[in-house]
Parts: sequence; structure tokens; C-alpha cells
Amino acid sequence: MDRMPRWADILLVPAISLLLAALISALVILAIGENPWQALLIMVDGALGSTSGWGYTLYYATNFIFTGLAVSVAFHARMFNIGGEGQAAIGGLGVALVLLYIPFPHWSLALLAAMLGAMTAGALWAFVPAILQAKRGSHIVITTMLFNFIAAALLNYLLVGPLKPTGTMETATAGFPETTSIPSFRDMFSFGDVILFRGTPANISFFVALLAAFLVWLLIWRTRLGYEIRAFGFSEGAARYAGIGATRMIVLSMVISGALAGLMAINNTMGSDERLIMNAVEGAGFIGIAVALMGRNHPVGVCLAALLFGILYQGGGILGMDTAIPREMIVVIQALVILFTGALDQMVRMPVERLFARRRARAALSPPGPALPGLQTPKPTGAPTAEP
Amino acid sequence: MDYPTLLQLLDSTVRLATPLLLACLAGLFSERAGIFDIGLEGKMLVAAFLAAATAALTGNVWLGLLAGTLGSLLFAAIHGVASITFRGNQLISGVAINFLAAGLTVVVSQALFGQGGRTPQLGEGSRFASITLPGAVDLQGLSLAEQRELNPLLLLYSDVVSGHTILVYVAFLTVPLTWWLLFRTRFGLRLRAVGENPAAVDTAGISVTRLRYAAVAIAGLLCAIAGAQLSTAEPAAGFIKDMTAGRGFIALAALIFAKWRPWTALWACLLFGFLSALALRSALVESIIGLDVPSQFLDALPYVLTIVILAGFVGRAIPPRAGGEPYVKER
Repeated sequence: MDRMPRWADILLVPAISLLLAALISALVILAIGENPWQALLIMVDGALGSTSGWGYTLYYATNFIFTGLAVSVAFHARMFNIGGEGQAAIGGLGVALVLLYIPFPHWSLALLAAMLGAMTAGALWAFVPAILQAKRGSHIVITTMLFNFIAAALLNYLLVGPLKPTGTMETATAGFPETTSIPSFRDMFSFGDVILFRGTPANISFFVALLAAFLVWLLIWRTRLGYEIRAFGFSEGAARYAGIGATRMIVLSMVISGALAGLMAINNTMGSDERLIMNAVEGAGFIGIAVALMGRNHPVGVCLAALLFGILYQGGGILGMDTAIPREMIVVIQALVILFTGALDQMVRMPVERLFARRRARAALSPPGPALPGLQTPKPTGAPTAEP
Repeated sequence: MDYPTLLQLLDSTVRLATPLLLACLAGLFSERAGIFDIGLEGKMLVAAFLAAATAALTGNVWLGLLAGTLGSLLFAAIHGVASITFRGNQLISGVAINFLAAGLTVVVSQALFGQGGRTPQLGEGSRFASITLPGAVDLQGLSLAEQRELNPLLLLYSDVVSGHTILVYVAFLTVPLTWWLLFRTRFGLRLRAVGENPAAVDTAGISVTRLRYAAVAIAGLLCAIAGAQLSTAEPAAGFIKDMTAGRGFIALAALIFAKWRPWTALWACLLFGFLSALALRSALVESIIGLDVPSQFLDALPYVLTIVILAGFVGRAIPPRAGGEPYVKER
């Protein structure tokens, strides 16, 4: 199992994958006649060069932390939840229903209630595919995917019909009441005359996302349930012999996953849009897959990968405005990251493993320490042979 | 609903079912050989774009089809390398392929044509024209009243059977061809065996890798025709960003619905094609059943139906046994 040191597994392999993805993206940009280095500078400056850039970057990162955590919790139970998109969209519906129909005196109460609404809605949307997988063996990937389409159709129906206020043209619900408006970064970090994060959507949900990441870490590595989820993901058969029920694991891991994806809605629907609009999720559910893969399913990794994708997303938007490179370039980069860190993982991993195996073999042949002159190095007996 | 309206509905059904059918058969080959393919959507999209772009640039739709095929095969090769050679996760590879296609088609078409991810309108000659089969009546010049006068069978033949592009007929001929190839040839037997028990095939001295690559390549080819149908066959006139709009997933749904069998796949795709034809005419549905059915409900119906099927309420759908698992020669 440990063919390479831990740092290589956690840092080196993802770094190489990322480099490969960047290299091919650069080639694509070159091919359409633009300068990749210039593009990179514009992206980094657009995402990190000002507090307003940061405001957007962290807003996107917040979305991706939620969806990335969602995918990774399911991954721990070896469930591939590609329904994050639909679960987040339905989470938005949960938020909208709570905020439109219950009056709140203060935003903090509204936030708690909205979180509950978002999590319940997202969890319900993941529950059906989960129970079908557990009880009837329907493949979770197919069912969660189908639920994405059903969610889109449902929201399309609701926002064109029942939830749309009369007399408006836009496919959206009415705006949420003033009292449910949660603090934005601008409200929180501007002092006196210094206004930071002007006009950006980043809001208090960012800290909720960090808290969620910490709670996921606690859950997966510090609780009995987390242990059971990991055991189940590692070997379903072994877990069953240890008395861990498959149905319970599948349903619980998927429901937690769905709740996390749904929770994203407090950031986009409650924090930024302040009403439920069509396509509010904007593909964040799918980016969660790339984020979870890059972050190696660890909350810290997920947060870092989410930040990286936040930079990409915001920088890519600026790129679309300032250059001839369309915004969709982000989708290409995202695809390449998924391809190299997910599907072609072995391709990156095998040469690295071989390199370390060779180094270890060499180290075993010549023991460390200065070789004394005049003394022959004793031949090590039973030196481990290099693993293939 | 009168007879000519029904025929119009069936006519759209055939047209809308064609890309579904081709993609569904593509998935059939791939999954029968044990390779999950959720990248059907991406391959269709790439082929649709390359076919339309090449047809727009050269004025030759056949060159377009060729370019689309090459693009789709390239994407199939990526899927093959990731899931066969490097034994990666086939689902993740499919997801990556879908996004790669969604992004690249827009980036490249913007660079080539600068029309927000569209290709220029394809005129006569640079797209596949509809073919009037021998003996069919040209319905374009006839009013509905005049159509009612005609022999019903002749009308059916002229409206539903005749008047499609060559790709539609190719798609429908692919069904018996697929059946024959899979169930009546040695290649087909081996292909199915590789999806059920690759170790047994390997023991018989047949290359699992080569068979799986062949299956993935056939899937690429069929997706290419499906994509070309979407963007270059009348009445379509060019590529629009994200024009596959989930058809790859409906095709997968149809595949499960059809329990991985070619003839059943035909009926499943026709059913889903019929549902999308209905969704385009929600007023008609209202007039028939007297209920205002939202068109979004009709849009979602294929997915809901598939979930019901998947849940095993209408017979169990059992996928090929080795599906999704990379084959490791020695442990």
C-alpha cells in the first residue's frame, strides 16, 4: 500500500495532475490565438487583486466548499453522488419556502431556519436515490443524475407558475423580506470610511461553510458513524461482517451528502440573490466533484480546492470580459482537473510510485551515513527488492 | 386530435428519437463490453459542433460528418485510455468528458465564428436534406383538408416514413445491425462475454483490452452520427451551445429501460421521442385529456419513468455483471 511517502500522495500527485491540466488549458488558449501567460495574470489579478475580487472568489469558494464536502462524504462510503446540482437547487427551494412563508424578526433566526430548510430539502432529494440504491439496487449515479433533471423541471415549473408573483416577467420568486438579509462581507469588514468588498456577494455563509468543513472532519474521523462510513466504503463485505448495515450506511451517507449540497443555498439564494431564481446553482454541484477529487476527500483539501476553483471561477469571469477567451474556458479547466485527478489518477501515480520505489531500493543498498574510507560497506542481507 | 395531427406527432417522434436511438445503441455496445459510458452526451456534443463547424467552413456536410466522427472517436479514446488502460473510474472519466465537450465546443466556436458559441446558419447543401422515398406524396403543398382526402396508409407512409434525412434511416437500420453483430457473430459473443466475465474471455486467449477498445470506438462512431443529426440534419441548421440538452442521459435511461437489448432500445427511444414530441405541443395534450399538463411535467416524464423502471417496479433491469469494473489481468 505505502509505495510512496504520505506527502507525495497528498501534495505531489495532485500538483502534477494540476500542472498537466494547466498545461493543456494553456495549449487550448494558445490554439485560439491568445496568450496563456497573460490570461493567467488577468485571472489571478481579477480574482485576488482587490477586495472586490476576493469578495467574488470567496463567494464562489463557499458554494464549492459545500458541494465539495457533499461529494466527499458520499465518496467515503464509496457512493458517487453526482446529484449535487439538483440537491443544491432543491435546497434553494427549501430556503425560499422558509423565508417567503415564515416571518422572522431577526436575520440570525432566519439563517438558522433557512439552513434547516435547505438541509432538509437537499437531504430529501438525496434520500430517494439512496433508498433505491440500498433496497432495489438502482445505480446511484444514474438515479442522482436523473434527479438533477427532475429538479430542474420542477423548479422551472414552480418559477414559471405557482411561485412567481403576478405581474412580473422574470422567472423568480418574490424577494425575501428585508429582515432575512444576512450580513455580507461588506457589512462585516468595512470600518468607518473604509469600505471593503464593495458590491460583492460574499457573506456570512463562508464561515458556515468552514464550520461545516470542521464538522465533516469530526464526523468522518472522530465519530463512530464516520468510522462505519469509512469501513463501509473500504470494504462492504468486511463492514457487513462487522455488523454495519449496508442500507443504513448508504442512506445516512447520502442524506448527509444531500444536506450539505442543499446547504449551499444559504450562500447563493439567501445571501446573494435574496430570492429564488432559475439556474441559481450554475454548475456548482458538478464542480463539487472536481473539488472533492482534488481535495482527496479531506475537508482541508476540499477547502483549499474550493478556494482554487473560486479563483478560477472569478478569474475566468474577468477573462471573459477583458479578453477574447470566453468564460466557458473555466469549464474546460474544470473538466481537465476532473480528468487528471480523477480518471487518469493512475497515469500520474504510476511513474511517481516507480520513482519512489527505485529511490527506496537504492537507499536500501547503500545505508545512510558517511562511508568510512578503507572500510568496505557490508553487503546488506535480505535487502527488500523493489516493488514493481 | 385528428389523423393528420397524429401523423405530425409521429413524424416528430421519429426525428426526435433518432439521436436518442443512436446514443442508446452507443451505450449498449460500451456497457455490454463492461465499460460504463456517461460521456455519451459529451461525445454527441463534440460531434455536433465539429460537424456543423466543418460543414459551415467547407460547405460539405459529409466532411462535417467525418470531422465529427474523428472528434467523437478522440473523446472515446480518452475514455478508453482512462478506463481501460489506466483502470480509472469510468464514471468520473465520463463526467470529465461531458464537461470537456461542453467547454471546448463553446471556446472553439467563439474563436472561430465569434457568435456566442453558435456556428453560422447552414444553408442548402451544407446540411443533410430530407429524402422523399419513392411513392411518397409531397405534403408541403397540400392543406390539411386535402391531406384528409388521401389514403390513410399513403399519408402515413408519406408523412412518417418518408421525408427524413439519411441519418434517420441509418439510425433505424443500426438496430437490426446491432442485434446481428451482438447476437449472431463471434465478435458479438466475445463482446458480451467481456462485459459479463472478462477473466473467462482472457483465459480463452482473447484480448479483453482490444475488445473493450473496439466497443468504446463503436460507441464513439454512433455518438458521432447522433451529434451530426442534431446539428446538420434538416430542420436543424447549425450548432448551438449545449444543444444536446441531456439527450445523452435520456439515452442512458432508455438503455436501462430497454434492459440492454437493441430491439427493446428502439421501442424505448421511440417512447421517449414521443414524450418529447408531446412536450413540444402541450396545448395538444390539454385538448386530449382535458387537463392542463405543464410541459415541464412532460419534460421530466422520461426521467421519472426511468426511475420507476430502475426501482424495479416494472421488472428488474440487471446490467452486465462486469460493468464499471476495470479488468486487472493478474492479481
